[in-house]
Amino acid sequence: MNNEATINHGHAHRDDLGSKMGMWLFLLTELLLFGGMFILYASYRYMYADNFKVAAMHLDTLIGSVNTILLLTSSLTVALSIAALQRKQTRFSVYLLLFTIVAGGAFLVNKYFEWSAKIGHGIYPKGPEMANLSDGEVIFYGLYYVMTGLHALHVIVGLVFIGFMVVFILKGKQTFDNFQRLENAGLYWHLVDIIWIFLFPLFYLIH
Amino acid sequence: MSENTHTQQHPGYGLYILVWAGLVGLTTITVALAGFNLAGLTVVTALAIAIVKSLLVTNYFMHVRTDSPVFRVFIFVCIAIFIVVIVLTFFDLTYRFPLK
Repeated sequence: MNNEATINHGHAHRDDLGSKMGMWLFLLTELLLFGGMFILYASYRYMYADNFKVAAMHLDTLIGSVNTILLLTSSLTVALSIAALQRKQTRFSVYLLLFTIVAGGAFLVNKYFEWSAKIGHGIYPKGPEMANLSDGEVIFYGLYYVMTGLHALHVIVGLVFIGFMVVFILKGKQTFDNFQRLENAGLYWHLVDIIWIFLFPLFYLIH
Repeated sequence: MSENTHTQQHPGYGLYILVWAGLVGLTTITVALAGFNLAGLTVVTALAIAIVKSLLVTNYFMHVRTDSPVFRVFIFVCIAIFIVVIVLTFFDLTYRFPLK
């Protein structure tokens, strides 16, 4: 019928477009999952605008900015890695993915220090500092932990996903003409990046 | 059918790096703007910049610009649902539970 069908004759059936559509549908459910939280955030920010401002002052804009740059750069390297694989630059493609994993790991390390500092100040559910905070501030920190926590969980999943892709490329299971799984891993990682693009100004940049 | 996605010319390294530079530039702008008191415009500008950034990521890094239009339909439906829900929520917040 078509070229691909003859090339793949005798191999497992492959439908890259279908695979990508499935991935996108999944990503959009993820978007709506975070979307629900963004609506919750918007509603509470509307109700407690002043308290949100006070609470946001205590988040470290520098760490937030560094993490933003880390995720943006890691997104770039995933995109480049797919382009490299298409050009049969397999080794370069793997290095770019390894860089992505390092950048994602650094994001998580920063997140760890950020959360530890807040917890150290007694800001956690039923923590000693919570009684001194206004309702709006308590809600702000609740949303902060849940939303950045769920996002960090997605970063971890994305890193594992990309780790598998490194193995697949090294084993020759993802190649210059068969890279849909890498593309899907990339799509997932970019989605994680997009969610952070919105989380960052909403939590760190309210003044 | 599936070869469509593969025969497509993917953008070169240069374009990706340019998009990344744009994203970093927009991040710098949004952080710098947060230092100013823009009153009611603070949220609007921050969100506008975030939307431009996510358009760059979806169109270039996620290849939506060059992919089949079906993906644009997917995204449009998802965003439309999100907007309907957020608008209805705010009607509720403004008229049913006026807290202030």
